[in-house]
Amino acid sequence: MKIVVCIKQVPDTNEVRLDPKTGTLIRDGVPSIINPDDKAGLEAALRLKDAYGAHVTVVTMGPPQAKIALQEAYAMGADRVILLTDRVFAGADTLATSTTIAAAIKKLDYDLVITGRQAIDGDTAQVGPQIAEHLGLPQISYVSDFENHGDYAVVKRVFEDGFQKIKVGYPCLITTLSEMNEARYMNIRGILDANRVLEIETWQFSDIDADIEEMGLKGSPTKVKKSFTKGAKQAGKVLEGTPKELAVAIVDKLHEKFII
Amino acid sequence: MRFELTNEDLMMRELFRKFTQNEVEPIAAEIDDEEKFPEETVKKMANLGMLGIPFPREYGGAGGTYWQYINLVEELAVACATTSVVVSAHTSLCASPIYEFGTKEQKKKYLVPLASGEKLGAFGLTEPNAGTDAAGQQTTAVKEGDHYILNGSKIFITNAGYADTYIVMAMTDRSAGLKGISAFIVESDFEGFSVGKKESKMGIRGSSTCELIFEDCKVPAENLLGAEGKGFKIAMMTLDGGRIGIAAQALGIAQGAYNETVKYVKERKQFGRSIAAFQNTQFQIADMKTKLEAARFLVYYAAYMKQNKQPYSQAAAMAKLYASEAAMEITTKAVQLHGGYGYTREYPVERMMRDAKITEIYEGTSEVQRMVISATELK
Repeated sequence: MKIVVCIKQVPDTNEVRLDPKTGTLIRDGVPSIINPDDKAGLEAALRLKDAYGAHVTVVTMGPPQAKIALQEAYAMGADRVILLTDRVFAGADTLATSTTIAAAIKKLDYDLVITGRQAIDGDTAQVGPQIAEHLGLPQISYVSDFENHGDYAVVKRVFEDGFQKIKVGYPCLITTLSEMNEARYMNIRGILDANRVLEIETWQFSDIDADIEEMGLKGSPTKVKKSFTKGAKQAGKVLEGTPKELAVAIVDKLHEKFII
Repeated sequence: MRFELTNEDLMMRELFRKFTQNEVEPIAAEIDDEEKFPEETVKKMANLGMLGIPFPREYGGAGGTYWQYINLVEELAVACATTSVVVSAHTSLCASPIYEFGTKEQKKKYLVPLASGEKLGAFGLTEPNAGTDAAGQQTTAVKEGDHYILNGSKIFITNAGYADTYIVMAMTDRSAGLKGISAFIVESDFEGFSVGKKESKMGIRGSSTCELIFEDCKVPAENLLGAEGKGFKIAMMTLDGGRIGIAAQALGIAQGAYNETVKYVKERKQFGRSIAAFQNTQFQIADMKTKLEAARFLVYYAAYMKQNKQPYSQAAAMAKLYASEAAMEITTKAVQLHGGYGYTREYPVERMMRDAKITEIYEGTSEVQRMVISATELK
């Protein structure tokens, strides 16, 4: 079994503060981490490696500093790591990003592609599904459980109010939720090898088959019109009483606010 | 001069901190309260390769640096001094002398399982009448055919009862004094070996501290470490290294107490403002932080000297003396700044103050460190 896991290096939003004047994120001195949903995807792949001897390749697109995320993935147990980095890739929206990553994955052997559901710095949840489209793969998003049955997998897909159990053949793409598992620690030998032995494969635009017009800023139709900080919601009010009383109270409130 | 950690070091520290935060800190108070040896944590550390960081891979180790091992001891002690001394005694006092003085066969047989974490190690030098005066050893080893027969007892042995492999000092020639002491590798299931009374202690209460008893204990002759009569030298050199571990433990305890205090003084309000707003608090924090960093530099310097195979005996003694006294002072100040709450078991600084005391005593008291330091100066 060959697995490709896509990860993204993101600022640790637990450590990010807002500039009170400008309302923008202060990213200076904020540690970078592997995006939590992606880390769960990596852990899922490593568990398949433990159980079935799967080969795990980890791919990330980013600036040269993103190699630290790949070193961490290697120290956790990944077999091969690839950094997609090129000036041509810079400024990419989700479409250009997925086009680039899919072009890289086309050069690899795979039965299963795993991406995180969404990144904590962008929250779009688009890149995984788009990669599946580019590769023509069946895709299952919001995965919280994955069972391998040899020729096919049984996957649990979770929503706010329920879940689906889906049977899917290989090759396929899943997007994973951080709640799916608890990612393992890096191990000591892994850290040492990641720094002393590992040569991170660096792929540039010339290493993939893609149209330069579809890369980076050029290939990004998304235009950001304005970004702003979401206003804080007022605290809710809890009403008590019989259903009838409550219904009356709610309707009164809605009238009062001119909602109905 | 470079005050910089490598990417490898930073990744290690990140792992140690995460591990401490998730696996060690949540049970630290319970381990102390119930005098419970952290067996599960030791297993987890073994699986991650934390029990043989500085040893080469051919002997089951990770092939890391001495600083990385020392940093693990430090980071564990930030939350739990008990867990930290388990690692330090295992690595510095048992695996290290086998690595330094063992034959190839001894390393294969004993170092590989120790460094890979499959087995746990301990070290036995102290006896009821031979503490700082180690020459007063009463445990004897008499050669009979292809075995030595050990008789006597050891006290205050860290990891006793949980360790599989013990480095034990015994007199092979009483007339030769210090030069009559030899070192042996003893397995816990050797005939005639048993673990005696367990101590109930002020601090590091989860660590197992027991008596070792040898009653006609049969140790194969090939388990002699080094040569006959070299035991005292081996013990002293082993303790030189061990001191860096204890210094790192003291540093971690001090760091833990300092972190708790900074958090507390910002939250605690008296006279209408946080106590961090009072100059007394600010000056105390400044003094604590300064001592802490001074200790850190001494500890890291000693680790650096050992890593680079330079003489480190004095550096290790200075690191241990300073860091342990700093730990005692910083934890005492931490309790004081916490006021009445600091004296209760609701806050960890009370435990940290109790834990700090032992670092001034074991693996050479502060007085012994002063002897070692001045001996180099006044020779």
